Amino acid sequence: MNILGLYNYWIVVVLMMIGFYVVIAHENLIKKLVGLSIFQTSVFFFYISMGKISGATAPILDDKYQLYSNPLPHVLILTAIVVGIATTAMGLALVVRIQEAYGSIEEHEIQAQDTQDQMESQLEAYGFRKKHLLSIKNLDE
Amino acid sequence: METLIDFVLLSFLVFTALAVAKMHDLFAVVMLSGIYSLLSASLFFDLDAVDVAFTEASVGAGISTLLMLASLKLVGRYERRTRYRPMLALGVVLATGTLLIYGTLDMPHFGSAEAPVHQHVAPRYLHDSMDEVGVPNVVTSVLASYRGYDTLGETLVIFTAGIGVISLLRVSRRTKKEEKKRVPADMQQQIILRVVVKWLLPLILIFALYVQFHGDYGPGGGFQAGVIFAAGIILYTMLFGLSNASRAYKPELLELLSAFGVLLYAGVGLVCMVLGGNFLDYNVLRHDPVHGQHLGILLVELGVGITVASVMITIFFKFTWRTVKHKYIKSR
Repeated sequence: MNILGLYNYWIVVVLMMIGFYVVIAHENLIKKLVGLSIFQTSVFFFYISMGKISGATAPILDDKYQLYSNPLPHVLILTAIVVGIATTAMGLALVVRIQEAYGSIEEHEIQAQDTQDQMESQLEAYGFRKKHLLSIKNLDE
Repeated sequence: METLIDFVLLSFLVFTALAVAKMHDLFAVVMLSGIYSLLSASLFFDLDAVDVAFTEASVGAGISTLLMLASLKLVGRYERRTRYRPMLALGVVLATGTLLIYGTLDMPHFGSAEAPVHQHVAPRYLHDSMDEVGVPNVVTSVLASYRGYDTLGETLVIFTAGIGVISLLRVSRRTKKEEKKRVPADMQQQIILRVVVKWLLPLILIFALYVQFHGDYGPGGGFQAGVIFAAGIILYTMLFGLSNASRAYKPELLELLSAFGVLLYAGVGLVCMVLGGNFLDYNVLRHDPVHGQHLGILLVELGVGITVASVMITIFFKFTWRTVKHKYIKSR
């Protein structure tokens, strides 16, 4: 039991790192949101695992039981789950708008378009006409 | 036995998460994340967190998967392959993971009753809540009474997210007109589904109300009930079309209701202050403190339920309107 006593927490760390990896290493914004929710649920497991007492039962009071698990983490996580879906929905709405504005939800494509826009506006500020503008594509060629 | 189930479920979760990280087909990723949520709900149940399991099963495996699918329809199904090798990310993740594992070595072991987390306020909730609040489900009494202020904040966050989605995904009048012209709904042919849903819908809604009002005595409460109620209406919308559903559940009404829920919650707090107590101190609502607590918890949970249900339905409507709009633009 001694070695296995921390198993829950280690798995929490592993899940959290998988979520973290998906968030920082993938370019697709939907994939990032899924990674973020894996990260989030790992925190939920952490709290709920801390609240568990061996041999205890769910914290609904009854004369037949004496030992209950800790109800406080349950309360915190219950509300966190619903808030989590509300914020995820908000994130998804932003992704949809990004897709409409840029035609892509891959991070590097969005960044390339932003750099292009920035260059164009700078050139315009220096007095170039819009139709004579050099695009990044032309420069590459 | 509990520990064995715990090990097995946690291992399943790791495999599912790895598959999510590996796959490039976003449809499969979203489906796997639904499975992940269902596994999480089972794990929460195994760890005695029945209320949390209930919420995760209805939110994670239900609404969240649905919203992800709706946005996939708008942004495309496949993820492009990354151009550079993600070695740096892997290094950062491994370093952080090692540090976190090192941090767990000092922690009290899983399931030990002497852990510091069980020493401070938890015993008070377990011993005194029956006399002070009079509700058998300790999670409900902590949620709605002891930490009522916190829950008010959470409800406000949900309301704010609802406003955010409404303002990000607005529906133009032209889209609405287009939808009305589109006579056959996508699911028109699915006669079996339509008949089954007609029978099922009242049962789902009644179950939601049961969860809402039985939350004092068993797992349940405003958050879960709101999500289940929304799931029922979303099911109806998917089979009978958006314009039919919008006629039955008017978007303006839903927006008003989501504000009403928060106001009901905060209003109960203000009434307590007017009657001479503190903000959200339900003891003064009736002559007997325990009766006051019962009334206060009932009203507050109702406010939470109304806000959660109407925000979830509104969010789903907004996403679906967006798919209608995209279809119209493409076909033009």
